[in-house]
Amino acid sequence: MMTDTLLISVAILVLGGICGAFLSSSGRQGAFWGMAVCLAGALLSIIPAVNILWTGRTISYQLGWSIPFGSFTIAADPLSALFIIIISSVCAICAVYGVGYLKAYEGYKNMGVAWCFYNLLFASMLLVVMARNGVLFIMAWEGMSLSSFFLVMFEHEKPEVRQAGWTYMIAAHFGAACLMALFVLLAGSDINLDFNRMSSPSSPFMAGVLFILAILGFGAKAGFMPLHVWLPEAHPAAPSHVSAVMSGVMIKTGIYGLLRIIPMLGPPELWWGWTLLIIGTTSGILGVLFALPQHDLKRLLAYHSIENIGIICLGLGLWLIGTATNYPLIAVLGLTGGLLHVCNHSIFKSLLFLGAGVIKHATHTLDIDRLGGLQKSMPKTALMFLIGAVSICGIPPFNGFVSEFLIYLGGYTLVSNTASSGHAIAAGVIALISLALIGGLAATCFTKVFGIIFLGAPRSESAAQAAEASPGMWFPMAILAAFCIMIGIAAPLCIRMVLPAVRSLHHFPAAELTAKVFPLLSPISLVAGILFCFIIAVTLVRRWLISRQPVVTGPTWDCGYIAPNARMQYTASSFAQPVIDMFRYILRPQRHFHMEADDFPKQIRFSTHTFDLFRTCLFEPLFRLSDTAAVWLHRLQQGRNQLYILYIAITVMALLVLTVR
Amino acid sequence: MNTLLHMLSWLFAIILAPLLSGVINRTKALYGGRKGQPLFQAYYDLFKLLNKGAVYSQTTSWIFRAAPIISLSVVLTALLLIPIMGYRSVLSFRGDFIFLAYILGLMRFVTVLAALDTGSAFEGMGASREMQFSLLAEPIFLICLAVLAAGTGQLDLSGMIQSLWSASSPQTNAATFLLTGALIIVLLTENARIPVDDPATHLELTMIHEVMILDHGGIDLAFIEYASALKLWLFSALSIGIALPLRTGNPYMDFIIGIGGIFLTAVIIGIIESTMARLRLLRLPQMMIAAAALSLTAFIWVT
Repeated sequence: MMTDTLLISVAILVLGGICGAFLSSSGRQGAFWGMAVCLAGALLSIIPAVNILWTGRTISYQLGWSIPFGSFTIAADPLSALFIIIISSVCAICAVYGVGYLKAYEGYKNMGVAWCFYNLLFASMLLVVMARNGVLFIMAWEGMSLSSFFLVMFEHEKPEVRQAGWTYMIAAHFGAACLMALFVLLAGSDINLDFNRMSSPSSPFMAGVLFILAILGFGAKAGFMPLHVWLPEAHPAAPSHVSAVMSGVMIKTGIYGLLRIIPMLGPPELWWGWTLLIIGTTSGILGVLFALPQHDLKRLLAYHSIENIGIICLGLGLWLIGTATNYPLIAVLGLTGGLLHVCNHSIFKSLLFLGAGVIKHATHTLDIDRLGGLQKSMPKTALMFLIGAVSICGIPPFNGFVSEFLIYLGGYTLVSNTASSGHAIAAGVIALISLALIGGLAATCFTKVFGIIFLGAPRSESAAQAAEASPGMWFPMAILAAFCIMIGIAAPLCIRMVLPAVRSLHHFPAAELTAKVFPLLSPISLVAGILFCFIIAVTLVRRWLISRQPVVTGPTWDCGYIAPNARMQYTASSFAQPVIDMFRYILRPQRHFHMEADDFPKQIRFSTHTFDLFRTCLFEPLFRLSDTAAVWLHRLQQGRNQLYILYIAITVMALLVLTVR
Repeated sequence: MNTLLHMLSWLFAIILAPLLSGVINRTKALYGGRKGQPLFQAYYDLFKLLNKGAVYSQTTSWIFRAAPIISLSVVLTALLLIPIMGYRSVLSFRGDFIFLAYILGLMRFVTVLAALDTGSAFEGMGASREMQFSLLAEPIFLICLAVLAAGTGQLDLSGMIQSLWSASSPQTNAATFLLTGALIIVLLTENARIPVDDPATHLELTMIHEVMILDHGGIDLAFIEYASALKLWLFSALSIGIALPLRTGNPYMDFIIGIGGIFLTAVIIGIIESTMARLRLLRLPQMMIAAAALSLTAFIWVT
């Protein structure tokens, strides 16, 4: 019954989506139809998923169809259910927002197709987390990549969007190629790709190869550091609700894939944990470092997704190290923290992307240095964005802190345990230092983002004329913001949602797990409550004190300068400059300074650019090389029919000679 | 009952914290051969500010008004987590120091936002520097605590500090000695003291913390000053608890010695401020890296 509902939801999304594409190509109906289909699908998938998490059962369903190398098996265990809940809720919330967001494109864009691909993306993500057969998995995975590719290409008339789309396409297919190799190798000698019939690889060497393939394949989707180059291109190009879905949930399917495959590879080895830990450190620190100098808000948020994937990897690394060194508590802390961070990141990152969409809508720009003072014209959006910004920095009492706290505790437990080996202690301290550095850099970045965009005075005409978003756009954000606060304050309750998934991955006695993790989190709720009491008390004291005193307003004190204007404010670039300067050997910022002057300076131009290190130093040379190779191949394939016929003739002759002999 | 008794350390903090700046200023005055301001000057200032009205810039929003409230509430909450030597804190739980570091991050976050809310370039500059230096100080603080965790096997502040000098190995004691250096640098950075920042001048361009609060006045300024005093108390209590190699075994004795130690820290800060000049801004990251090196050396030592 429950699997039926899950299947029906996928069917509704696919059929409804495709029908929508034909029913109404433009206008309101298309949008409302798309949203209705999405909401129906989300509702039908969330109910059984919640049930699975609640009861902790696994349900599976084998369809009467056949699939090459196995059976059409679909199943949902608590791990799948957790991801289903995340995918469905974020997709539904973003769909409601999307109706408002896409309104501006009505008339000259095909709405039906846009919504069709949105629902197909949703459906294929659900299938990815439910598929229990390699072929089915790859098909769903490809469906996910393709539908999101078309969504990224929404504004395909712009050259930079096309560029972004192709970058994404290449990265997605690199990943898919690795995954195909992974499944073929996993299938073993009897070539059966059903997950439950695959046996773990025979030799540790083989397991290592498969692990590396999984890291490359799933890492390309998740955005592990050298493979992340598509993220900062594709996210700014896509419409905001699509970026929210892609960054909030789609890249998490990479994490899901790792979690699904790693237990199939047999008992983990220590170096797997180290690999994930190092990936986490580099993605985390470099992700946030490259976010700092960005001028485009959505590009900046895309780099922060890489950072958060890094934090998740730190948790998963601790999980594998804890398992390999036989220290279950650390394994559980790392895994729980990592999984909870998957949930948390999907909430606050989609919230921030939706906020960016509202800003784009209201001001027609995402250049941080052209904005300012939006707090006054759009107070609701500002409040939601602030909640998202505080959450992503991992500041209590918001949700980002809870998951980082668990990973921190994993690290500190490793360090404080006298029985840990030198390896384990080093791993723990690396995780700690990375988390601390990531936290500080993220706080710098988001004080910059919020402070420059929403506070101060407007820096441009369009920013001055911004207006608050429509209720259809801010209400979805309010729901996400409420989740940020709820998970932050009621952490022990919310962790219940994650624990069944943890249990399905790490065989730990249920009672003991609850007994170990709960007491860690309940003090956080207590102290958060105390903090709120203090805030209320101090507010009341202030109100009482100030009620007896005169309150006047005036201009900002600028140390005696009498004609300050908005252009004199600190900009995002100047705010981040000292930190960028400290890390200039990694970031390599480029400054362009031009001054026209005779006796007195007339005009000064100054601009800074920070390019992605891996794009410019790794992938561009690589692709130039392949370009050269392709030019060489041109000699063989030059478009003359006679030549092709000659090739065919030669091939046939060769085959004849070979077979006749 | 026990909790109530432990509230004593919190009460001492909220009553005595402004006195620390009096002690620092008196030390500096004595060092400079002056008579100096009254010991209780900070209290007079606070009362005067509390009875003043407010002038708000037109550019500012509710964030500017909320920031002092949140800052003060954060420090009041954070003080509940601070033990004084062997005298346990009101609340202690596994990983409370992580919570401490991050909740102070909330205070910094809102202070910086309030500074940016004014739209003034001066305050923006201060905000930017504040983030730059705290970004370096926070990892150092957390490494210091990793040293303590590794040395004592405890995961809460009270437990760590209680067992530090009484039940720890000589290795740990030696490492703690190194740690003190790193902690002092963290304390000076977090509390905007010389050589990182200069709390005395109002020459905005040289400053970090003072310039951020340039536009605050009246009650808001009183809240901010009080919160800073409490934060100084908090860091002094932690540092002295870690650095002072003295444990009587009796929590009440420890408490009294600890309170004395906190004022000793104020004297030391006064001496540092009298004998040093503010470092150039570009030199500060180097000092932080030295502190990081100290704490990492301590870590290697202890494991």
